Amino acid sequence: MESAFLTVLIAMLGGAIRVSTPFMFVALGECLTEKSGRINLGLEGNLVLGAMVAYAISFHTGNPWIGVLAAGGSGLILGALHGYICKLPKVNDIAVGIAIMSFGTGVAFFFGKPYIQPSAPRLDAIHLGDWTGNPALAQALQVNPLWFVGIILAFAMSWAFANTRWGLIVRMTGDSAASAKAMGVSVDWVRFLATAAGGFLAGIGGAFLSLYYPGSWNQGLSSGQGLMAVALVIFARWDPVRCIWAALLFGAAGAIGPSLQSVGISQGYYFFNAAPYILTLFIMIASARSKGAAREVPGELSITK
Amino acid sequence: MSAETAGPIPTSRTPNVRTLKLAEAVFVPVLALVASFLIFSLFLLIIGKSPIDFFSLVWTGGFGSSFSLQQSMQRAAPLILTALAFAIPARIGLTMIGAEGALVLGGFAAAAVAIPLVTGGSPVWMAWLFMALAAMAVGGVWIGLAGWLRHYRGVNETISSLLLSYIAIAIMNFFVEGALRDPASANKPSTMPIGDAYRVGAIPGTDVHWGFAAGVVLAIILFILMSRTTFGFAARMTGGNVRAAKAQGLPVGFLMVSCCAIAGCCAGLAGFFEVAAIHGQANASLVAGYGFTGILVAFLSRHNPLTIVPVAIIFGAIAAAGGLIQRRMGMPDATVLVLQGIIFVVLLASDTLYGRIKFFQPEARGDRT
Repeated sequence: MESAFLTVLIAMLGGAIRVSTPFMFVALGECLTEKSGRINLGLEGNLVLGAMVAYAISFHTGNPWIGVLAAGGSGLILGALHGYICKLPKVNDIAVGIAIMSFGTGVAFFFGKPYIQPSAPRLDAIHLGDWTGNPALAQALQVNPLWFVGIILAFAMSWAFANTRWGLIVRMTGDSAASAKAMGVSVDWVRFLATAAGGFLAGIGGAFLSLYYPGSWNQGLSSGQGLMAVALVIFARWDPVRCIWAALLFGAAGAIGPSLQSVGISQGYYFFNAAPYILTLFIMIASARSKGAAREVPGELSITK
Repeated sequence: MSAETAGPIPTSRTPNVRTLKLAEAVFVPVLALVASFLIFSLFLLIIGKSPIDFFSLVWTGGFGSSFSLQQSMQRAAPLILTALAFAIPARIGLTMIGAEGALVLGGFAAAAVAIPLVTGGSPVWMAWLFMALAAMAVGGVWIGLAGWLRHYRGVNETISSLLLSYIAIAIMNFFVEGALRDPASANKPSTMPIGDAYRVGAIPGTDVHWGFAAGVVLAIILFILMSRTTFGFAARMTGGNVRAAKAQGLPVGFLMVSCCAIAGCCAGLAGFFEVAAIHGQANASLVAGYGFTGILVAFLSRHNPLTIVPVAIIFGAIAAAGGLIQRRMGMPDATVLVLQGIIFVVLLASDTLYGRIKFFQPEARGDRT
């Protein structure tokens, strides 16, 4: 019994490390966009398109890292599209996000059809746990380099928001467009850049999905992870470092179902699979009216109004 | 024209203002539709396919014969209902995108209720009544919950309704794989089939099932409710300005939750027809994306229940022609998704044109009395 419990714990640790990377990237991208006062629900589309582009490019070039960059590029284009349309007056950014999501997934499915069968070169993992002598733990501690990139990025973003002029401009644009204008900053331009950069990060998150875990391209690859990242940012209260903890939590929640199945508990498999969604919902309910969230939310954000 | 300095006074003698507003409301979406067809044509040219072939196939497959028109209407049925499920909350200012979940859960509830009724041999009308009621109740509670969370807990309804969709699909899978699984459904886990005797058939003289008629009737009822009753007026006023509505003493919370519940009932009913008329049982086929296409239909109709019907038929036609396009032009089934995505993006971008085209502005035209 104890060993089964341990197995589940190790599997959840492994799951947290494996599954958290795409959450991390999308959440960091969304965090940047939301800090500038705009919301991008379309990141789900960036994630799916990024996954497809990364897989296709990796298949054709034989180098997965070129695939990662190409995925970032596709995300950049979608993000820029979202940023440009939202710049137009009278356009609702939440609705445009839904539209970009459906456009991105449509394009990904259209061009991704030929890539469901062939197998592309994947990203390699760094083996961190081989010294433990425990095969399960060793497997859980196989970490993809992108995971480290995400964590470094989070700390870098956190530092930049607090200490650089660019960080100040982004925060100010998000908190009060009027004062940004008074400072001579172009609000539209800052938000456009922040949205495009956020899209780039989400595209890289998608590359992780198809090139590492689960490690193939198919149409059900993402199933709402990009949207859950939006809730995750709210939970992390627009703090990049807290985004990492939230992403790890989501990863662990997503691993409950498969890990319980591995020790023979298959009852309620689908409910455990829904655990991340249920968790997200409860987190949103708990944090919606909390004082901390109210204090830290960017003042111009439409989703919390 | 420049000599006139006084602002326009809307009196009964200036019907032009209304006519122009209406013309603008028709012109902008039509322009967006045409623009997106042009962009999609460009896309087709780039990948080396003929746009003329494509759109003529859509025409043939969607409206070309009475058979294909009926196919389009058949496909429009769930779209009308899910579009209503988006449009009604939109009137009160909520972006509720969870119709997919309410449809799936409604369909599942209908199939679950059908099991004792069918095995007990109850009259057909009674089985339908209880199935439809169960579907509407479950769907209504599901979307109503998102509305309740929005008003009383401040949870953003767009994300909560989407999360509820995924949870709904998980609930259906849980029962369909487990307690309510029909052992005979080996490859595709499903509930027990309701049997041919209990299937909802076609409207006499057509191949279109009754869901289409139900959608049209419901669209008319909801149009009257939203534009001709106190309830609808209060709901629209709340959608315009929540604070003003509260200051007027309107029951904002009740209005929001009931609009969402109505929306959920529509989506749940769509699920009932999917089960009772199309699949005959509940299984993963219910997750077909009608909820999301419905959002697009509602946007294109500018959230007007009556306009939803023809727009849903257009999208039903595109969907019905999908198979033909796949076979004749060798294009993947996701082609329709790309077209829908382009329409969606262009349509929302076109919102910016409202009030900016001089032709539709009475003061710019100098149409004053």
